[in-house]
Amino acid sequence: MKFLAARRRNPLVALGLLFAALVAVGGGYAVIANVQPAQASLVSQTQVEEGKKLYLAGCSSCHGMDAQGSANGPTLLGVGAAAVDFQVSTGRMPMAAPGAQAVAKASVYNEEQVAALAAYVASLAPGPAIPTAEDVSFEGANVAEGGVLFRTNCAQCHQAAGQGGALTQGKWAPNLMKATPTEIYEAMITGPQSMPIFSDGTLPKENKQQIIAYINNLQNASSPGGLDLGRLGPVTEGLFLWTAVFAALIGAAIWIGIKAR
Amino acid sequence: MTDITPHGSQPAKLGHSPVADVPHALRVADTDPRAAKRAERQVASMFLLSMILVVAFIVSFIMIDKDTVVYIPVFGVVGLMTIMLGLTSGLSIFLIGAGAIQWAKKLMPDVEVVQMRHEMTSPADATAEAAANYERGKDESGFARYPIIRRTLIGAMALFPIPAVFLLRDLWSGGESGIESPDEILSHTLWRENMHILVAETGQKIRPEDLPVGGLVSAVPANLAEEQERAGNQDALGKAAIILVRMEPSEIVAQQGDGWDYQGIVAYSKICTHVGCPIALYEQRTHHLLCPCHQSTFDLANAGAVVFGPAARNMPQLPITVDNEGYLVATADFAQPVGPSFWERG
Repeated sequence: MKFLAARRRNPLVALGLLFAALVAVGGGYAVIANVQPAQASLVSQTQVEEGKKLYLAGCSSCHGMDAQGSANGPTLLGVGAAAVDFQVSTGRMPMAAPGAQAVAKASVYNEEQVAALAAYVASLAPGPAIPTAEDVSFEGANVAEGGVLFRTNCAQCHQAAGQGGALTQGKWAPNLMKATPTEIYEAMITGPQSMPIFSDGTLPKENKQQIIAYINNLQNASSPGGLDLGRLGPVTEGLFLWTAVFAALIGAAIWIGIKAR
Repeated sequence: MTDITPHGSQPAKLGHSPVADVPHALRVADTDPRAAKRAERQVASMFLLSMILVVAFIVSFIMIDKDTVVYIPVFGVVGLMTIMLGLTSGLSIFLIGAGAIQWAKKLMPDVEVVQMRHEMTSPADATAEAAANYERGKDESGFARYPIIRRTLIGAMALFPIPAVFLLRDLWSGGESGIESPDEILSHTLWRENMHILVAETGQKIRPEDLPVGGLVSAVPANLAEEQERAGNQDALGKAAIILVRMEPSEIVAQQGDGWDYQGIVAYSKICTHVGCPIALYEQRTHHLLCPCHQSTFDLANAGAVVFGPAARNMPQLPITVDNEGYLVATADFAQPVGPSFWERG
């Protein structure tokens, strides 16, 4: 201590202290900053390595060797694990053929492989994480409130009963009757394909859970009137009347007009 | 003038017979008494079955629990009572009609008859009498003799509809000040300088960082709830509803005014300029806004220009910025009326 006490007025002390402070702040920040990805994903380095192999084999031809994107596919930097999980687990990626829009089909990867791909893409740049079971739990969520939010934010494309609908140039908004809570949540935070992003800033988690509760309610709704005709409202109902019922009426008119034997 | 003659006994000299000259074919029931009896039984059974179905309707109504469901192939799970009430009442009235038609077809006389049509013009003497009555009326009323009465009557009749014009002119509410014309009411909305932009339905204020690139928010002005409370209707929402979308600032090709975006966040009216459908069908990759009613498509990266469909005008843009607390606000009202075109806009 004598050594330090003797030299505390040395002009170099200020520089030394400044350096020590910078190292402490920078190092501390690096530690805190590193905690988050490690905690969020709990991914092992081997999972990332595994994901990288799968990526290079299955995805890099369109999205680029370093996920920087190419003429055939957008960059994946910053899309996050949630986007990878949504696109790959629903079979939309890899695309089977170029088209207006990627089609949902049976996934070519198993669950572990999807998780590895998601871990690899998430390791490249920060992005939305896969929602946890707690995030997508809609236990006790207000279904009526979810219906209001669905009609305000979702129904314009997915139709008021979640049956999906047409967009421009051959694109479409998919039917939601088989979508899982995780898929719905991931779609809202990542905005796949034409869909805009409904961020947590403007549509908080609680509201997203209400929307999921409403969609779940639609998925389990019965049709008290029988034939629901796709729940598309007057379009299919009108078509049914014009074809089936008019055919019956024309048949009756013909029967009335035929001369009896 | 009416001439009802059984077909076959019609005089052969008529050149234009309306009935094809085919021999009348007798039905089985006309010649075979057993067939006639069978037809009689058929008709009577339909009427009888109709009666039984009415009884079944009443029984279904009383006996079936309203919550009982039944699975019917193709139709799925439906309420048993609903389907029974529909079937019994529908079939009972159908059988009355079907029985009546079967009766007419099988048992009632089926001889073809011709009913000759009247001459369409009135007889000459009736036409002359009507003309004479008109002339006599004109002379006796003095319509031609008293020109002052004739002209004042025409004047009175011409002025009479004028009050209706005033009543029609008075149909609009007159707006807030009570003296605004309809086009003035349509030309302004609740938006004004420093009006906070709220998320529709949840009423939350919005910070720019809440909205990521590719994000979409349906939004309303902060004073909307108050105005709806005051007016007791949704008229204000019909004009003030907007959508906020965010894109990379470099993707914005043009706007309706310099610096009307805030760091790539642009605000456009939610009301289609064609016939006023509310639209939020936004494709984040093309920046196109599609109206599902008639497929009008607007490019929000290019000043809301119409790229497809019947809309005639760009989607109106709302100029926005942030206030000193960092929340998004409007900097003015829309510069042009929102929604469909109207008479005064041409």
